[in-house]
Formats: sequence, C-alpha cells, structure tokens
Amino acid sequence: MARIFRNLRELYRYRVLIQNLVARELKARYRGSVLGFLWSFFNPLLLMIVYTAVFGLIITPRDPDFESKPLVYALYLFCGILPWHWFASSTLESANVLMINGNLIKKILFPAEVLAVVTVTSNMIHFFFGLPIVLIFIPILGKTLTPYVLLLPVVVFVQYIFSLGFSLMISSLTVHFRDIKDILANWLTFWFFATPIVYPMTFSSIQKSAALRTILNLNPMTHIVQGYQYCLFYGSLFHWKRLGITLLASLALFIVGYLIFDRLRDSFPEEV
Amino acid sequence: MHAIEVDHVFRIYQKYSARHRFQTFKSALVKGDLFRALRPDELVTALDDVTLSVEKGQTFGVIGENGSGKSTLLKLIAGIAKPTKGEVRTQGKISALIELGAGFHPEITGRENIFINGIMLGLTKKEISAKFDDIVAFAELEEFIDAPVKTYSSGMYMRLGFAIAINVNPEILLIDEVLAVGDAAFVPRCLDRIDDFRRRKKTILFVSHDLTTVKKICDRVAWLKSGRVQMIGEPKRIVDAYLQDVAERQERSFERRQQEPAAAPDGQEERRENRWGKREIEITRVSLKNARGQERRVFTPEDSLVVEMDVVAHTPADDFVFGIGLFNSQGICCYGTNTQLEDYEAVSIQGEGKVVCRIETLSLVNGTYYLDVAIHKRDGYPYDYHRNLYSLLVSSTHKDVGIGRLAHGWSFSPGIGIKPPQG
Repeated sequence: MARIFRNLRELYRYRVLIQNLVARELKARYRGSVLGFLWSFFNPLLLMIVYTAVFGLIITPRDPDFESKPLVYALYLFCGILPWHWFASSTLESANVLMINGNLIKKILFPAEVLAVVTVTSNMIHFFFGLPIVLIFIPILGKTLTPYVLLLPVVVFVQYIFSLGFSLMISSLTVHFRDIKDILANWLTFWFFATPIVYPMTFSSIQKSAALRTILNLNPMTHIVQGYQYCLFYGSLFHWKRLGITLLASLALFIVGYLIFDRLRDSFPEEV
Repeated sequence: MHAIEVDHVFRIYQKYSARHRFQTFKSALVKGDLFRALRPDELVTALDDVTLSVEKGQTFGVIGENGSGKSTLLKLIAGIAKPTKGEVRTQGKISALIELGAGFHPEITGRENIFINGIMLGLTKKEISAKFDDIVAFAELEEFIDAPVKTYSSGMYMRLGFAIAINVNPEILLIDEVLAVGDAAFVPRCLDRIDDFRRRKKTILFVSHDLTTVKKICDRVAWLKSGRVQMIGEPKRIVDAYLQDVAERQERSFERRQQEPAAAPDGQEERRENRWGKREIEITRVSLKNARGQERRVFTPEDSLVVEMDVVAHTPADDFVFGIGLFNSQGICCYGTNTQLEDYEAVSIQGEGKVVCRIETLSLVNGTYYLDVAIHKRDGYPYDYHRNLYSLLVSSTHKDVGIGRLAHGWSFSPGIGIKPPQG
C-alpha cells in the first residue's frame, strides 16, 4: 500500500507529461482526417442514430418513461452509450498500450502507468466532447435540465477510478497473455448488454425477475451508467448508496490492478 | 567524487520458454496455473557481478562484443531497468541517448514532438521553449519543424532525436552506439557536442563498437565480456587487449572451421562456397606466421607475414600454380600474386610438400583482411581454391587510411612551423 502511494506521488510529478501525451493522443487521432475533431461528435451521434433506428423505430419502446417517442428513447440511449464508449475504448486501447509504446518503455525512463492514465484520460476527454450534444438535446426534446446535472463530476470520478483500475490490470496482463485482447472484445459486447444502456432497469421483465436484478446490480457499470441517466435523463438524484459502494469497489479494483501492474512492471522492458 | 557507482551488480533476465510464448490467458486459467505461467522458466545472466565507478567529469568507454551486457549496463545506469542484485548509484541528472527519437509520434509535428520528447527526458516546458531554436538549428530542420514527423527522413529523425537529447543538459550523458547511424556530416558535429560536454566537465558514459573513437575520446575504458568486467583501465591498453581477444577467438573459430571439412563427407565438402576444386592437389593446412615463425592472427603493419601451405599432390602433376590473395573487409584485393605471374615454371609435384610465401613487410592499414590461397592449372582450372577462409587483423596505433600503408616520410621547409609527433 505504501508503495502505491509512493508511486502515485511519482505519477503526480509526471502530470505535465501526461497532459502532453493526452494532447498528443487527441491531436494525433484525427490528424489527417477531413472532419478532424468533429469526429468526436459524429461518432457517438452516428451510433445513436443506429440504435434509435433499431430500438426506437423497428422495436418500438413500450416503456412509459419514453412516452413512446423514439427520440426520447434515443436520448436515454445516448446518456448510457457515451460513458460506456469511454469505458469500452479505454479498456480495449489499454490492452495494446504497453505494446504500442514498447519503444518508450525500453528506451526512456518513465513510469509505465503513465500510459494507462493517458489512455483513460484521453478517452474521458472524448466523452466530454459528446456531452454538449446531450445537454442541447435535453431541452429540445421537452425534458428539463435539473440542478442534478451538477452531480455529474461525482459519477465521472467513480467511472475514472473504475476504468483506470481495469486498464492497469488489463494492460499489464496483456503483456504476458496476448489473447486477452480478443477475449476482451467479446466480453465487452456481453458486458454492454448486461448494463442497462439500451433498456432501463424499470422494465417489467427485469423488475419481475429477482435473479436478473441481482446480476445487473452486481455489475459496477450498472450503477455508473445509471448515475449518468439520473443526472441527465431523469433529472433526479442518483442512488448515492449504490454509487458509494461502486466507488469502494472501484477503489478496490484500482488497488488490485495497481498491485498486478507493479508486480509485472519489471518484466515490461523485456516482454513488450 | 564518483558520478556513477555500480556496485556488485547482477542483472538476470527472465527468459520464457517456447511453451510459454504460446501460453494464452485462457489455457493458463483452464490449467489453473496462472501464477506459475507468470514465472520465468529460464534465467539469463546479462550482468554478472559488475563493479565499476566513473568519476565526475570523466569520459568512460564501455566496449565488448554484442551481447556482452553493455546496453544492459547502460539501461541500469539510466534507471530504465533495475539490477537483480547489487546497487547502482548516480549523482546528477542523466540523459540517455539509447535510441534517438524513441517516443516520437509520427502523426504530430516536429515542434510538438520536441516538447513531448523533451518532457519525457526531464525538461520543463519553459526550458524547452528557451532551447527550442537551438534544437531546431542543430537538427537543421528549420523548414520542416511544422511538418508531421512521419514525413521526415531517417536522418532528420535521428538529428532531431540527438538535438533534443543533447540539449537536456545533463550532468551525466549516456551514449549507446547512436552515432553509428549518423551520416558523414552529422557525426562530427555530434562528436563536437560531446567534446563540448567533456570540456564542461560533465560525465559521459560511451558505449561503442567504434574503437578508434573510444580511444580518442575516453579517459578510461571498461571491457565487458559475457556480462563480466574483463578489464578496466587506460583506453589504449584495454582496446588492444580486446582486439587481441577478438583475434584469438577468430583464430579458434578458424581452427574449428579448418577441422570441419575433414569430418564432412566428400560430397558435402564440394558445396562449401568458400572452397572448391577437385583437390588432385590439396592444401591441407595453412598457417600465418610472423618473422620469428610464431603463428599469429594479429599483425602490425611493420610485421612480416609468412603464409605456409602444407600441400599434398594425390596424383603427380606438372601443371600447377600456387597463388595467394589478400582482401580487405570491403572485398577489395589489396595484393595478389601467384607463381605463374612471377614466371616460376612448374616441373613436377608428387606427395606431400610445403609452400611458403613470405611478405617482408605487411604495410597495410588497420583492419581485418582475408586471405585466399589456391593451387590451380595455368589455364585457371582449380585444384584447390580457398576463398576468404583465413583472416588476419592488422592493428596498430597508426591512424592513416587507404588500402596499403605506403612507406613514406614528411619534410618541411624551415618557414613552416610544425612539430613532429611526440614519442
């Protein structure tokens, strides 16, 4: 534990580097593309259109929350997909990040966890780019923006800790087990549907089945995504107890992830 | 005052077996040996009880063959890797030129890369801004600095990397073989900068295969051999000892090669690219000796070279020519002759014999040379042709260049002020 704190202090010394690497990541991502930064808006928007078409028009939503309006449902979807996208892409990218930056790890002295932090942070900033779309659409679709929006940073913080813990674990293990990347891609699809993103927890089929509810409640991403949905879509207070427990679980995951990372650290220069 | 102290350092690399390479997360989970899978199967000792210290302001060279642990040592001193056992102590800011431009991102501009790379190497933003023009000027990239790095040539890439690293202004500069890739115009400027560092009494650790540069710029040299410090001391002495060792090993491997054909069946022998001919007359042994008749593989330009060939004529013959040829490492023939060119007239040969060719003064510049020996007919039909099978090293303190070392002397009219070399 003492080591983790020492490492974190060390990490803080590298904040300028992290800042610059994140900027580099964001700049490099769309460099050479015509729309550039606009892709950060378009990608989630296009995704939302697809889901709206499928789940809003083809399979019409029955839930009263959506007032049977496809666009309201699309807004609900968007509140979940945006943070999910942040989580999924930072997880997938972190599976590769140590290998891609192998020459840095081998040739330059700096703590490798910087790379995991950069991955999660740059994806978070992408997530931030998508947020204005939600904030604009809420009044347009006749929903009201409540002061609970101001609690968003709390949810973001919980997700950040959770994603970072997961990234640390995945990135260090993938160095030794390269197939984690492939397992992960499949696992994330499953995980996506095991999180109330395309459906709300209030669906009667979920409410009727205790087993289903338990499974969903054991998924930390459920509470994180619901946190966003409460702040943005429902405009009410999130289940702060559940989110608190999720935060504790996230911290635990972070510590475990960091311990694994630290344990494997010395093998990186040879294995990446 | 020591800038770098390496105290009984061991570095053991974990080597995972082939089985492990194909280990997957799934199979590790299935077999339930996740933690065992993370343990190495085999250990490779890269550094074996290395102790050395470098004084402040010293330029310290590290030489040794590939795989002798030089780069590992550098990485330990740079802090990139940690010693398995022992301790590395350093004083002052370190900049390591291990691989130039490591960490450049191809998609972003040279300007942005300078900042990111500089920060990685431990500079602050302010410091980089202050040095920015210097860096760009040294790398000669004024026109291209706002172009993405992926459009740079490898030379530009390297120049930029070097320019950043050298401007970190460290107390200790670690250089690993990076100058080997520079072009002819850039390397002298790098060496100038390194000289500048030396004048400013900074500590430099210099790993290189370029023994001439090592001799020229280093105050002390350590020679690593399979992870151990073989010798530490005055550059010339160490470099010479190292060259001697290399030559001896060459000699040994040469002897092994000599023995091989005897063991191999006839059919396979013919396919050896560096030896051909039907061997009606065979060269069974070649030895290189100096004037005193001692077998040697390292010569000075002033030495004599005596090439002795043991030959066996399996069938009597009256048409034969003995020849030798001396080639440098670029394959240029430095000298070649045979008995036919010198108008010897072959009369008869039968059974065993010995042919000696004596070169009074070798008169070659430093370098590795390869020897061809051959017996063939006057029309060129080969009996036994050995191509590049024997090598020798010419090693001396002379720095002159060329193919041959022509005997020469200098004289100057009294008006020219010039001092003769000391000693």
